[in-house]
Amino acid sequence: MGDAIAEAFRLIAVGDAALWEIVSLSLRVSLTAVALACLLGLPLGALLAIARFPGRSVLIVATNSLMGLPPVLAGLLVYLLLSRAGPLGPLELLYTPTAMIIAQTVLVTPIIVALSRQVIADMHQEYDEQLRSMGITTTGAVLTLLYDARLSLLTVALAGFGRAAAEVGAVMMVGGNINHVTRVMTTTIALETSKGNLAIAVGLGLVLMLIALTVNGALMALRGTQGVARHV
Amino acid sequence: MIGRALLVLGLALLAPLAVADERFIVVQSTTSTDNSGLYEWLLPQFTAESGIGVRVVAVGTGQALRNARNGDGDVLIVHARAAEEAFVAEGHGVKRHDLMVNDFVIVGPRADPAGLLESGGVNDALKRIAEASVIFVSRGDDSGTHKKELALWRAAGLDPASGDGGWYRESGSGMGATLNIAIGMDAHTLTDRATWVSFGNKGDHLVLVEGDTALQNPYGVILVNPETHPGVRARDGQIFIDWLLSPKGQAAISGFRVYGQQLFFPNARRTN
Repeated sequence: MGDAIAEAFRLIAVGDAALWEIVSLSLRVSLTAVALACLLGLPLGALLAIARFPGRSVLIVATNSLMGLPPVLAGLLVYLLLSRAGPLGPLELLYTPTAMIIAQTVLVTPIIVALSRQVIADMHQEYDEQLRSMGITTTGAVLTLLYDARLSLLTVALAGFGRAAAEVGAVMMVGGNINHVTRVMTTTIALETSKGNLAIAVGLGLVLMLIALTVNGALMALRGTQGVARHV
Repeated sequence: MIGRALLVLGLALLAPLAVADERFIVVQSTTSTDNSGLYEWLLPQFTAESGIGVRVVAVGTGQALRNARNGDGDVLIVHARAAEEAFVAEGHGVKRHDLMVNDFVIVGPRADPAGLLESGGVNDALKRIAEASVIFVSRGDDSGTHKKELALWRAAGLDPASGDGGWYRESGSGMGATLNIAIGMDAHTLTDRATWVSFGNKGDHLVLVEGDTALQNPYGVILVNPETHPGVRARDGQIFIDWLLSPKGQAAISGFRVYGQQLFFPNARRTN
């Protein structure tokens, strides 16, 4: 463990070019996937919270269950889709960062939908009468609630980011862990472990945790300033 | 602010599409050639000469063959001769070429509880393992090494399935992960020498069985058939294969060393 901590510090201190390439690709892939998942998932979550339509409870149970989608299964499904033998084969997206973004978006979207639905549903109970008396449409209500819940939804996005940044099964399968092209933090940790370089693997793990800490800290700070602004 | 953040992320998403013109091929490969560092040594030499980038997807031989059967890859470098010939016969590959050989070894704990160091060849060694019921970790993943291991048990007239879950344990994982497990369990396993020599977590394990001709490990290289799989980058893939089989490529394979040791021995035939 001492070796691993030393290795983590060495990796950061040296500013290893290969490390930064991997870290920046990890961030690019996971942040893009979370952004896309929010774009799709937040309106859907809000709609599920507010609107009443047949099949709604089935959809809620389905998205809640999909939070447990195994990354390797998501990876396999996206692989079958993007493979040259698959329906989207001609796009030549397999083994590219784009494929990894798609797979992580599939993984993260249910989390965003399920958690945001809960957040909005709670808030909607409070706001329902008011919104109704103002004669606001469903679309209007969705937008209002999403805006008012934005701080809680930040935590929802963070949960999604945690899932995306931590998973290895999906990006390994559709990215292929190709050096300089699709190698990210988690696939590098898996690779170094398989080479028996355990200290480097744990060192990389510590760097990954440090990144998660930085992202969370930055958002917490953002949240702090927002909270203050609201009370002024 | 969120709008701007989304814009930046949107651009980041498009960035990989912008560099897609780069000339490259995808190689589906066994893990041993990648984990040992062979490609890091070989590929820059090829790319400098040809201008063709090589993207390696390193998985087990079984998975590499399956991926290539879907057309996901231009060139295959694997080590399971019968499966390779079947792949070509089914029309998925153009032709199998001998590329290089190395050998398999059985590694185990220094204490050598089954007396493998005194064994006479691999058949005898496997009998000693089964009789002493010392733990043996199998890849269990349909990889080239797994296929080889099963063939060795058969040749020795033994059925390891009888000890399944007891002394015979299937990891269902890659070579490196299986070595980590074997070392953690103080167990034995079959590994290619290249992965073992370059492996960083040897613990107190060492090579207990080696040198039997039955332990030869030949690697083949195959161009994925563009007639079956139209997306295959056949021209650049063939340039890569021609280079590997040329005197220059073969010399580059010989020149690869880990801790001063040569790990792969080129054996391309100069026939075609």
